[in-house]
Amino acid sequence: MLTGWGRTSPTAATLCAVHDEADVVDAVGAATPERGILARGLGRSYGDSAQDAGGIVLDMTTMSGFTRDGSTLRAQAGASLDDVLRAIVPEGYFVPVTPGTRFVTVGGATAADIHGKNHHVEGSFGAHVRRMRVVTGTGEVVECAPGSDAFAATVGGMGLTGVITEAQVDLLPIATSRMRVDTERHADLDALMAAMTQGDHQYRYSVAWVDSLSPAGRGVLTRGDHASLADLPAGTDDPLAYDPRPRLGAPPWMPSGALNRASTRAFNEAWFRRAPRERRGEITSIPAFFHPLDGVRHWNRVYGPRGFLQYQFVVPDDASALVGLALQRLREAGAPSFLTVLKRFGPGHDAPLSFPMQGWTLAADIPARIPALRDVLDALDGEVIAAGGRHYLAKDSRMSAQTLSAGYPQLARWRAMRDALDPRGVFASDQARRLGLTLGSAP
Amino acid sequence: MINAVGQAQSVLVLGGGSEIAGAILRALPAARLQRVVLAGRRSSVMEERAAELRGRGIADVETVDFDARDTASHGAIIDAAFDAGDIDIVLLAFGVLGDQEALESDPAAAVDLVTANYVGAVSVGLHVARRLRQQGHGRLVVLSSVAGDRARRANYIYGSSKAGLDAFAQGLGDALAGSGASVLVVRPGFVRTTMTQGMSEAPFATDADAVAAIVVAALAKGRETVYAPAVLRPVMAAIKALPRGVFRRLPG
Repeated sequence: MLTGWGRTSPTAATLCAVHDEADVVDAVGAATPERGILARGLGRSYGDSAQDAGGIVLDMTTMSGFTRDGSTLRAQAGASLDDVLRAIVPEGYFVPVTPGTRFVTVGGATAADIHGKNHHVEGSFGAHVRRMRVVTGTGEVVECAPGSDAFAATVGGMGLTGVITEAQVDLLPIATSRMRVDTERHADLDALMAAMTQGDHQYRYSVAWVDSLSPAGRGVLTRGDHASLADLPAGTDDPLAYDPRPRLGAPPWMPSGALNRASTRAFNEAWFRRAPRERRGEITSIPAFFHPLDGVRHWNRVYGPRGFLQYQFVVPDDASALVGLALQRLREAGAPSFLTVLKRFGPGHDAPLSFPMQGWTLAADIPARIPALRDVLDALDGEVIAAGGRHYLAKDSRMSAQTLSAGYPQLARWRAMRDALDPRGVFASDQARRLGLTLGSAP
Repeated sequence: MINAVGQAQSVLVLGGGSEIAGAILRALPAARLQRVVLAGRRSSVMEERAAELRGRGIADVETVDFDARDTASHGAIIDAAFDAGDIDIVLLAFGVLGDQEALESDPAAAVDLVTANYVGAVSVGLHVARRLRQQGHGRLVVLSSVAGDRARRANYIYGSSKAGLDAFAQGLGDALAGSGASVLVVRPGFVRTTMTQGMSEAPFATDADAVAAIVVAALAKGRETVYAPAVLRPVMAAIKALPRGVFRRLPG
């Protein structure tokens, strides 16, 4: 039984380990359109993106080799950013984009066209991919580069155009493995958003945590960049030392109500108070800055057996009021969220299913067990769409087909590109079935 | 697919005229519901239900001839329903109550009732399970009855058919473990419907909407067995523990 990170909607598929590209070619060639085939990485998408009920799911994590040549990473699709970072940080390189967890694969990062704290400056993961190899629906291996239809449809294509087997990615040279971070506490949402609008361009990385239970929308803004050698205290042994270690593990079983308004309120209060009113130039580590939750193994279990979802949307700059409205609606619905994150995006990628666009993105983790949530989120979907925004497929576990097509005006173009790559219609996922993503596809 | 907040997209009702099934269709979160197949004996009730569902904006509503006794037809009916698209929830809701006194003096009629309630359910249930297993997801809701927990003098023929159905449904649920599909066994008590009209009410009598609310909540929680109303669980546990001599003397 497979689920996404949110542990909702489990379905069964035949899991099949692949060790090289030839295995992938064989598996895709043998696949039939009835239930289809899909590649899966580390299962960090929140909803049903990496599930294919009744079909074949390729476990790509057994194809995890990679090499670095100068500032170019050549990685098999199943290589995790965790493994990559362990190898390249001590050599003075960093991945071009990292999400809030390093436990994602290169293939998944490309297929979901993930973004990170540097989106406003450096764009999404797909913008740093130079070439990739894709096994298409006919079992052919296609090597593609930016500019081609195969590339554009596969970046953000959620694995429905083919199986990515290998990618070449530009890396970022770094002088140290430390981060130089500025932290500011803001008492309300307006002040927080104003600070981001005014100052984000001065930082490579920027993200804000918002207290979802505070009516004012108070938050903590953390921004920074890789520290230079001069930033480190004198006598630092190894400026490129990198040692990410998980510290805690959530218990395998948690009661459904453990994460409630009271515990979330206590957490949010502590998190807000812990942050300094203003602190400049703090030196911290890569894991502490980028991947704080990776310090707790299986943190997704704290939401109990019913699981959780993450509601993430983006709206253009002129619809920034949607951020406050969404926070208000979720608060009124009694949805406790300890992880609510606000970020400004830069311009989007030209891939038709890529999520980011210039504007504001809000992401809130919410327990799935709250019944009022359905209607509240459906109504919010409508507001986001009316404002010209859209929702992130890698987080989605519940939106409607109408919400999808309204948010992605290039969907028809993507479907045409997809059909050309998969004329037999063998690539499928639970999410694609739920949203009619590949609808109109042959046969 | 049923999404993360329990919104289903497609439902197949076996026993399309069933009042409890109708109430469940009204109670299910319906914002994503786009396809309903009502399978049952041709009746104005089923056609009215189909019209009501279309009136609610459900794009694809169809009615299909289905006779629980005609087991030879089941495979083709179930395949046709699933071939047109995945089915998220199957409601096995058909059943005949019968008149116990008349049945006792007419064994052929008793066989007919048992054939519909039990044999028909085994047949169609296995066909449904085969397709759910293939698609790797889906919920089968089986409307059993507290009458199957312990057969009473007053309705033991019906009760025995429900006892068989209940045991079958539980076993089927176990057989489907790990397949992505699962079975919810519902044991209502006395439900005020046209089927029970004119009968004297049993204690803890309920109505179809109340049963439906319990079924929808149980689906959301992923439960495998549920009583309606919930109080019948301890009540039936106590009744099952009664010695024969005492149970036989109970009223009703």
